[in-house]
Amino acid sequence: MMTAENESKEIPMVHLTINNIPIEVPQGTKIMQAAAKLGIDIPHLCYHEDQRIKAHCRLCSVEVVGKRRLLAACSTEVWEGMEVHTDTQIVRDTQVSILQLMLANHHRDCLSCPRNQNCDLQRLCSRFNILESPLPSVVKEEPRIETNPSIVRDPAKCIRCGRCIRACKDVQGIAALTYAGRSSDIVVTTAFNKPMEATDCILCGQCSLVCPTGAIVEKDDTTKVLDALQDPQKHVIVQVAPSVRVALGDAFGLEPGAIVTGQMVTALKLLGFDRVFDTNFGADLTIMEEGAEFLDRLQNGGTLPMMTSCSPGWVNYMEKHFPDCIGHLSSAKSPMSMFGAIAKTYYAEKAGIDVKDIVTVSVMPCTAKKFEAARPEMGRNGQQDVDIVLTTRELIKLIKYVGLRLRQLPESDFDSPLGLASGAAAIFGTTGGVMEAALRTVYEKLTGQTLEKLAFNEVRGFEGIKECSVNINGREIRICVAHTLRNARRIMEQVQQGTSPYDFIEIMACPGGCIGGGGQPIGTTNAIRKKRMAALYEIDRSLPLRKSHDNPEIQTLYKEFLGEPLGEKAHELLHTTYHKVSKPYEF
Amino acid sequence: MLTAQSQEYPLSAELQAKIDLVLESHDNDPTQIVGILLEVQELNERHYVPESTAYYLADRLGLPVTNVFDCLNFYSELSSKPRAKYPIQVCSSPACRVNVIDTKRLLETLERLLDIKIGETTYDGRFTLETTTCYGACDRAPSVRINGQIYDHLDSQEKIEALLRSLT
Amino acid sequence: MSKTIRFLTRNFGQYDTSSIGSYMKIGGFEALRQAVNMDPEEICEMLSDAKIRGRGGAEYPLGRKWHQARAVRGENKVVVCNADEGETTTFKDRALIQNDPFNLIEALIIAGFVCGATDGYIYMRAEYACLRPLLLNAIRQAKNYGFLGDNILGKDFNFNLHLYSGGGAYVCGEGTALIRSIEGKAGRPRMKPPFIKVSGLFARPTCLNNVESLSIVPHLLMDKDGVYASCGSDESIGTKMISVAGNVNNPGVFEIPFGTTIREIIYNLAGGIQHDREIQLIQFGGASGKIADASILDTPYTYDDLRAAGVMVGSGGLLVIDKRTSVIDFLRMNQEFFSEESCGQCTPCREGNLHIKIILDKIANHTATAEDIRIMATIARVMSMSSLCGLGETAQNTLQSAMLTFPEVFDVGGNA
Repeated sequence: MMTAENESKEIPMVHLTINNIPIEVPQGTKIMQAAAKLGIDIPHLCYHEDQRIKAHCRLCSVEVVGKRRLLAACSTEVWEGMEVHTDTQIVRDTQVSILQLMLANHHRDCLSCPRNQNCDLQRLCSRFNILESPLPSVVKEEPRIETNPSIVRDPAKCIRCGRCIRACKDVQGIAALTYAGRSSDIVVTTAFNKPMEATDCILCGQCSLVCPTGAIVEKDDTTKVLDALQDPQKHVIVQVAPSVRVALGDAFGLEPGAIVTGQMVTALKLLGFDRVFDTNFGADLTIMEEGAEFLDRLQNGGTLPMMTSCSPGWVNYMEKHFPDCIGHLSSAKSPMSMFGAIAKTYYAEKAGIDVKDIVTVSVMPCTAKKFEAARPEMGRNGQQDVDIVLTTRELIKLIKYVGLRLRQLPESDFDSPLGLASGAAAIFGTTGGVMEAALRTVYEKLTGQTLEKLAFNEVRGFEGIKECSVNINGREIRICVAHTLRNARRIMEQVQQGTSPYDFIEIMACPGGCIGGGGQPIGTTNAIRKKRMAALYEIDRSLPLRKSHDNPEIQTLYKEFLGEPLGEKAHELLHTTYHKVSKPYEF
Repeated sequence: MLTAQSQEYPLSAELQAKIDLVLESHDNDPTQIVGILLEVQELNERHYVPESTAYYLADRLGLPVTNVFDCLNFYSELSSKPRAKYPIQVCSSPACRVNVIDTKRLLETLERLLDIKIGETTYDGRFTLETTTCYGACDRAPSVRINGQIYDHLDSQEKIEALLRSLT
Repeated sequence: MSKTIRFLTRNFGQYDTSSIGSYMKIGGFEALRQAVNMDPEEICEMLSDAKIRGRGGAEYPLGRKWHQARAVRGENKVVVCNADEGETTTFKDRALIQNDPFNLIEALIIAGFVCGATDGYIYMRAEYACLRPLLLNAIRQAKNYGFLGDNILGKDFNFNLHLYSGGGAYVCGEGTALIRSIEGKAGRPRMKPPFIKVSGLFARPTCLNNVESLSIVPHLLMDKDGVYASCGSDESIGTKMISVAGNVNNPGVFEIPFGTTIREIIYNLAGGIQHDREIQLIQFGGASGKIADASILDTPYTYDDLRAAGVMVGSGGLLVIDKRTSVIDFLRMNQEFFSEESCGQCTPCREGNLHIKIILDKIANHTATAEDIRIMATIARVMSMSSLCGLGETAQNTLQSAMLTFPEVFDVGGNA
């Protein structure tokens, strides 16, 4: 913090006026941010604080004295003596005209749009009191594209802002989405207009997180859940991923990073779920298996580096883009799928419920989890481990549907026996968390000694690629942690060439890990991701139980049901296989 | 499975060899994709870049296939859909069109002789009638442009007929 | 002053355009020899004294541009020649490349020397693909003769030249779009800053010039007798390549001294109007240019006089239209061009062109209301004020000047 302050003192200050109000800002500040300091919100649609500036939508055009044309506030740096006006006639005309032009080319079924009341275009039209458009509609009727379990595209709602293209290309390095054509025929689409799943797309949903309208959204499965809850035959259990409890509050007026675990559990119970369990239990289980697998590979000459497999976008990426490297992926299922497998076997047995009557629902920060749940490998005897996956956004809708005020709800605990979890599991939701959780267990298993310093600070933080070396019993374990697939590619190129210097690598597909997942609340930014990250470490710190293998419910599960990690039963239920996914053409 | 793959190997060995030559003449330089596409398009008798070829180019140049697809759709001289063997481009810019009589006669004569309208292709796939923006031959009007070549001063039916006959 | 002049076009027809030897026989590459022995700043000053403005349409002073390009700090600077002559009714650059390719090559090498560049790029529109072999041959021969490559003319000056082809997109005449196109992408403009003079092609400092602007330089360096300076006056010195088309008897490219009147251009050089019809309007500078009626005929063709008359030199194109074409039909044709050629990236240009086309059609069908006219004027203004690039900014120049020149066309009567 000190250095940041010192640095900012060295940046020269620039003096300007906005709407005749004087203000001083550091050199390099853009007009939009300078105005925000004065409490003036310059309208914008293509601008996104985490993205390279595009200046496409032109909605942020402002007047600058001495300039012949309007300037885009998002991209124009302030200068000494600049006089900005955000409220002149031409600026107003421009704002209103641009919105009217957009509306004329936008499918206006707002009432039945998944983004109703959560849409940037709608909000701006409301702000500028656009009651009717004087322009004829020029929107091309196009059907919604619902071909995969994760993401739905609705091209008639696209305003061509390009945010999704940037997320796919700049954040993930995938570029499955592109502009095509020009003039009023320009569209955002995939190569040769193929369904997303048939392209380089790995269904991470980062596009849906940045879309300002309803043009790219998660596949909505809330109805399936409501139906199951109403079915008296069904025993509906729900599990909630570690990162959901620090993101859900955003939609209910709480500060970003607010921890709402207790209220969330209450809400789920009020929604009518028969049991509310914790994916963190599954995370502890994952550590037992993945940790054992790593030790096995390390000691018995298995394929190294071993790579984590809990991020389904990342697994899709490996299968599509580096199929020759899938031997590096841990065979351990993700916490969600492990939990589902246990729910449909151990839990069913213990509770004495016919497995056919159990519906397993999971609440995930992730669109790719919907795809994972539908994989044929994830289940047995015609039963999927997880029947329905909801994103955080869909849970928000359900809570609002039943009219619950989350902030006012009392707190409750997760149900037992699949509700107790360690701090190690809690941090699964952030980049570096799986690695730290694994190290806590691997260290103690390998040395037989108690680990005193639990925090592995080298793998914490928002840095894209983190690495460190841990000395365990005289053996250097070389560790790497990366998030976003753009960073993963750099790691994978080494792995592919056999030059990777690491033993164990954690990859999360989304920026920040699950806290920044593609199914998280609209409005998620890197600044908010960092707050959620801090909240997860706070949860970890506050728990008496910090290591997965110390979890008594996990210990009971192995004793009563699974036997040993990597044992026969564990292998059958908790491990999976991966397959190369062919591209449309192979050369 | 995330994708449905076509069963056959998508390119003939002969075509692949020709494409490789084009790539080589452009130093396998991905920044030269527009020039490469212009040349590869001409390897196809129907003057377009088929999907499989686009994927092949992306693969060889290390480009996302979306980059190739975007170029194919952005540049009017490139096409991802089959065209005629001889696409006849008639200028639709004002400089030519204000010569109402000449342009109208040219277009009408072409439509009559080929028995197609603008945007249509003859039954044998030989000719398509297309409009295009100014190609800088305003001083040679009335003219058409066919596969990059300009045929000018087409001011009589005889000249137009002779032109069509010469394109086989 | 009446007829054409041969300054820029003096080599036309004087040598075999496929032979560097033939070019050198008429004094080719002497200007380069002279340039490399000069202080580059001196050349910039010479260009500034000649008051040469960018001939592509932006009219930026060439001497200042090269001076700034020199001053930019950075490795591997590039000079780019914009041969994406996409404005309608504009084919002067075609004439320059076709008739004097070696002069353009020589000019680019001089530009490279002055700006301190290591590479030059020619970006030529796909529609001129037939000129590609000519230029490739010229580049190859220049390389063989040591005018390209390392240690050119024994100096510490290395320079190479690359020819890139456009793909058929008017917008690629815009600097940032052109650069993206050379980089292998769809040629959609990007916001500025960064300005291309600082970070342009492949993120290198880039100096972008029109074919005609460049072509002047070798001739000016060899202009011992001050022929160039003796043409024109005030802010418009020298000669200008213009292309005239439309309803004239003798369409073509002409080199004129600045100051020639529009009447002389149309009636002497371009042979007058077909069948002596009356002039409806003249569009200056291509599809993005402004229009005037016949009252402009006695205006001298200079930057200032044209501007005072409400039009601009722009690309140097003159489209002359007789009374057979109505103003509204002409506007619709012009609008079709932009409705096709907008890159589609920024909202005002993408959607604005579409709606203006709809309203122009309504005017032609006599179904437009006064409200439609008001909306059209607003959209045109918003486009010119807020579009991302020069295409959107100028796309409605024609319409806006038509609304001033021919107000009766837009008087649809009654109220909305």
